[in-house]
Amino acid sequence: MGEKRIIYMDHSATTYVRQEVVDAMAPYHTENFGNPSSIYRIARASKKAIDTARAQVAQALGADADEIYFTSGGSESDNWAIKGIASANIRKGSHIITSQIEHHAVIHTCQYLEKEGFTVTYLPVDRYGLVDPADLEKAITDKTILISIMYANNEIGTIEPIAELGAIARNHKIPFHTDAVQAVGNVPIDVNAQNIDLLSLSAHKFYGPKGVGVLYIRKGTKIDNLIHGGGQERRRRAGTENIAGIVGLGKAIELATADIEGHNKKIQAMRDRLQKGIIATIPSTHLNGHPEKRLPGNINISFEFIEGESMLLWLDDEGICASTGSACTSGSLEPSHVLLATGLPVEISHGSLRLTLGNINTDADVDFVLEVLPKVVTRLRDMSPLYKKSGKDGGCNVQ
Amino acid sequence: MYSDKVMDHFKNPRNVGEIENPSGVGEVGNPVCGDIMNIYLKIENNVITDAKFKTFGCGAAIASSSMATELIRGKTLEEAWDISNKAVAEALEGLPPVKMHCSVLAEEGIHKAINDYRKKQGLEPWVEKNPHSHDHEEDGEGLTCQH
Ligand code: FES
Repeated sequence: MGEKRIIYMDHSATTYVRQEVVDAMAPYHTENFGNPSSIYRIARASKKAIDTARAQVAQALGADADEIYFTSGGSESDNWAIKGIASANIRKGSHIITSQIEHHAVIHTCQYLEKEGFTVTYLPVDRYGLVDPADLEKAITDKTILISIMYANNEIGTIEPIAELGAIARNHKIPFHTDAVQAVGNVPIDVNAQNIDLLSLSAHKFYGPKGVGVLYIRKGTKIDNLIHGGGQERRRRAGTENIAGIVGLGKAIELATADIEGHNKKIQAMRDRLQKGIIATIPSTHLNGHPEKRLPGNINISFEFIEGESMLLWLDDEGICASTGSACTSGSLEPSHVLLATGLPVEISHGSLRLTLGNINTDADVDFVLEVLPKVVTRLRDMSPLYKKSGKDGGCNVQ
Repeated sequence: MYSDKVMDHFKNPRNVGEIENPSGVGEVGNPVCGDIMNIYLKIENNVITDAKFKTFGCGAAIASSSMATELIRGKTLEEAWDISNKAVAEALEGLPPVKMHCSVLAEEGIHKAINDYRKKQGLEPWVEKNPHSHDHEEDGEGLTCQH
């Protein structure tokens, strides 16, 4: 037997790069490597390629091409949006509103600004992970200079009411930023209809390359630069352009948004079957995130009485790639701030498993996970002191 | 990230389960990450004749429980008491620095089970020599001896 089969169900962490994208990028590593700031022909080819990619992104977001700025990825885009708005509007006020379940690129940036004297309100979420627009309305003060709420959550997949939140921001004339890193390709985005002023995205979440992203900035938004230097990106973001990456991002977003409905239908059918199967075969589970308003490929389930890292190790042993919100894997040894914000008790957060399906998955993958996962959970529960205490029959092997 | 030895003890844990009418039980919880370990001992003539565990925790916690119960079987209580978390980690061919606290759990579980037995015998519980000298590895010093 050759290599063990890999079942990749961690698409929210990153995706592979589609072949069409790899092919589109290739010439910009080799023959068209010119610096777009130069004037000779190969440089003009680079410049033209960037313009094409910019148009592709604009098209995908319902934006104008000159509102698209290429960055090194989602984290830079989030940092730029938040720090850039904060410093440009310091005279107006120093209050920022975000949520408790943001990605660390947003939360840690806000915490940094708190140290610099800004005040930050972290809006709570309900047990499904939804921000209540009424809470946003209440949190706004005349010192509020930025509202930043993620489009869809990376852990539990919950999709926030972005258009509604954006409308509230618009009413108060406060810039509205959304971290849409998980949303692109899964949810139709229209920055105008949804009242979005700034939007972060990252290519490697929708089958594009790593290390390249976008910050959409609505025309007329007052924002300072984050990266200072040369005059690239219309003097907004210095640094020689990552041409191949930008070309890849453009191609990837075009492909990812061409048929969102069709893509979602296929992924969601597999996801639903997997989710139902897990809940039907394994007792004492807890579905995290919103039952309907969630990303099509996302499953986040807690298994009571067991810990996530040991689950992942067993799954990895079977070739299944997944992730968990357990404290034991977090590096900081704290459980997922997202799960805790939904009110999930610490020990149940410990036993959470995130499976995120994508283009690479097949029905056979779903079958395989449904075969392996119950065994893994049973094995770990059999050695868990909590399992017995709860009165469940932990001693007998169900096999 | 784990050594082969850790993976072996994680995947084929020795001594999982409980002991009926144990001589001593140690239930400990991990303040660092919130995990739980139970150690069950059978003690005859001051010797640990059987040791079992149940653990709710990460791979390192399960492997440490398995290794620790292996190390104390057949040992006198005095010998078992002196098995440190470092000895458990060394027997596992090392643990990643952030996982050293999981082996502390095993040491504490054994101590608690021994003292549970001593109390039941009407004996003074032994005191932890220096409860804060555990090699928690937060300083990232790896397995260097700190004596
Ligand atoms: S038991 Fe939580 S990190 Fe090991």
